[in-house]
Amino acid sequence: MSILVWTWIITGASFALYIYIAYAARAKSTGDFYAAEQSVPAFMNGMATGADWMSAASFISMAGLISFMGRDGSFYLMGWTGGYVLLAFLFGPYLRKYGKFTIPQFMADRYYSNTIRVVSLCCAIFVSFTYVAGQMRGVGVVFSRFMGLSIDMGVVVGMALVFFYATLGGMKGITYTQVAQYCVLITAYLIPAIFISMQFTGNPIPQLGYGSTITPEGAALLNDPATQGKYLLDVLDGIQKDLGFAAYTQGTRPRIDVWFITMSLMIGTAGLPHILIRFFTVPKMRDARSSAGWALIFIALLYTTAPAIAVFARTNFVKSIHNVRYEDAPSWFKNWEKTKLVGWKDKNGDGVMQIAKGAWDDAKSTNEVKIDQDIMVLANPEIAKLPNWVVGLIGAGGLAAALSTAAGLLLVISAAISHDLMKGIITPDMSEKAELMWARAAAGVAVCIAGLFGIYPPGFVAQVVAFAFGLAAASFFPCILMGVFNKKMNKEGAMAGMIVGIVFVAAYIIYFKFVNPSMNNAKGWWFGISPEGIGTVGAALNFITMYVVSKFTPAPPQEIQDLVGSLRFPGKVAPPSHH
Amino acid sequence: MDAAKQQAYWKENLTYIVVLLAIWFFVSFFCGIMVVDQLDAVRIGGFPLGFWFANQGSMITFVALIWIYVGLMNKLDIKYDVHEGE
Repeated sequence: MSILVWTWIITGASFALYIYIAYAARAKSTGDFYAAEQSVPAFMNGMATGADWMSAASFISMAGLISFMGRDGSFYLMGWTGGYVLLAFLFGPYLRKYGKFTIPQFMADRYYSNTIRVVSLCCAIFVSFTYVAGQMRGVGVVFSRFMGLSIDMGVVVGMALVFFYATLGGMKGITYTQVAQYCVLITAYLIPAIFISMQFTGNPIPQLGYGSTITPEGAALLNDPATQGKYLLDVLDGIQKDLGFAAYTQGTRPRIDVWFITMSLMIGTAGLPHILIRFFTVPKMRDARSSAGWALIFIALLYTTAPAIAVFARTNFVKSIHNVRYEDAPSWFKNWEKTKLVGWKDKNGDGVMQIAKGAWDDAKSTNEVKIDQDIMVLANPEIAKLPNWVVGLIGAGGLAAALSTAAGLLLVISAAISHDLMKGIITPDMSEKAELMWARAAAGVAVCIAGLFGIYPPGFVAQVVAFAFGLAAASFFPCILMGVFNKKMNKEGAMAGMIVGIVFVAAYIIYFKFVNPSMNNAKGWWFGISPEGIGTVGAALNFITMYVVSKFTPAPPQEIQDLVGSLRFPGKVAPPSHH
Repeated sequence: MDAAKQQAYWKENLTYIVVLLAIWFFVSFFCGIMVVDQLDAVRIGGFPLGFWFANQGSMITFVALIWIYVGLMNKLDIKYDVHEGE
């Protein structure tokens, strides 16, 4: 059967499964809709968190990005997993003990202020929309590349599916659909990686494979008998140097920048509302800790495979294209040329494809080959000559990754509108039925807006992704942390800290991305810290501001301090006697 | 749980967090970024050690750290008789 037929069968079956699960797990109350009645087992919640977290970008683009960046790309790997340690230690159990439904609500209760609630809900909506725009686009792109639909049509199909299960099922429907989606996406990601690792190194575990030596079969695939018996990473380092790049296992980015980006991604991860709310869905405090543990196992399964795919794909790609005559190019190259993910421009007129430093459409560079980062995952099974059904899996996996993340984000937006804005501030005496209606309506509207972002992608999406993490790092992370670990932290401190953090990060990113992009380089940045890493500084400023302001303003009321005390222990805790 | 016991429980919890976060910092920010080039002089199989920490080692340690914390806290809950049961 052809790749197209396999893709339709696998994707169709997975969609039918999602719809069935969403119908079976539909929400009946607001508790169901926002927090799945706090009945999700830790193991399942970990899986759902994994799917929630791993987006279209993680699935499709990350391995390719790393393959271009070499060791520097590790900040994605460490940054996007290290945050779970913070979640397990510092946030998860205490948010679960608090037990309500949204992050703005937590902020409002802990800092006894509706103003903070409004600021928080605006942050939550902004961060989530920034993130969701890329997901819907991802859905459209996968549909168009694998299934021959137009991108717009793909976005509409994706919207219809998410609309169905997010508005019907709420958190409960989303959670169990995400569990299924995790299974689909991880299978789709691991199977090609395992096959390729076997082909090159004979080791079925890709995480070990890319640190192994190349087998005779691998050397034959690379068309280079000399590579047999050598370590794969050494071969790749050699290839990179021959082409004029830095060695793959070496970094070129300033270390201070790598440090700050890693930190910013970690604390940004721990401050993302759609991840934080997952901890409300488990039954007990201890389940919150272990569900973070499960989540990280499930995430690390993909994140430790990604650098292996990066190494296999990069080596394979260069070896099968560089210095090869165009008419002898492998069939996958010509197939994917149609999608414009790869391309060739014969600058020196010798009919041979050459890869070098620089852009392929830049006349000054000798590079003739266009390589889009996404090709490394999307075309990897074809490059490695794997059977058609394996290629068909990739489409279903990419869709699962994009849809599951989109659904989690839409729920944050919907809850911010119905629970925090409508019920919390505008009409506090609203009935549960009315609130549930608002929640569904808000989810529906949010799906449509997200779909529009997918069909008409605003040019600034890529620019503002740094914003999502920077903002989460500089606003939510410090305030929630102090909210749990410092009883004396008051609303004046939190308010001032949040404003300083948000304004600083926003100003820095807007300046370098929009006002003065020509300065956006290591020389122009403050202390060599890029806009991607500035969230770390924003968070530090937030902490300092909070601390100083709280020292000069009244301590929070006793009942707030008791509330904080009660968050720290499981079960019912009698408030300590007051002296 | 009376106030003194609450304080003791919280203090033990904080100690665990500080120690485990120190390891979290060491494997990622220290081994994976700050001294990565020096560690690269050592090799395990095909991996330069610093590169391995940046690519995989830190993530594997993160997973271990969370599960160690899960185990320690479950024991602590039993010790202070606030265990939530299965």
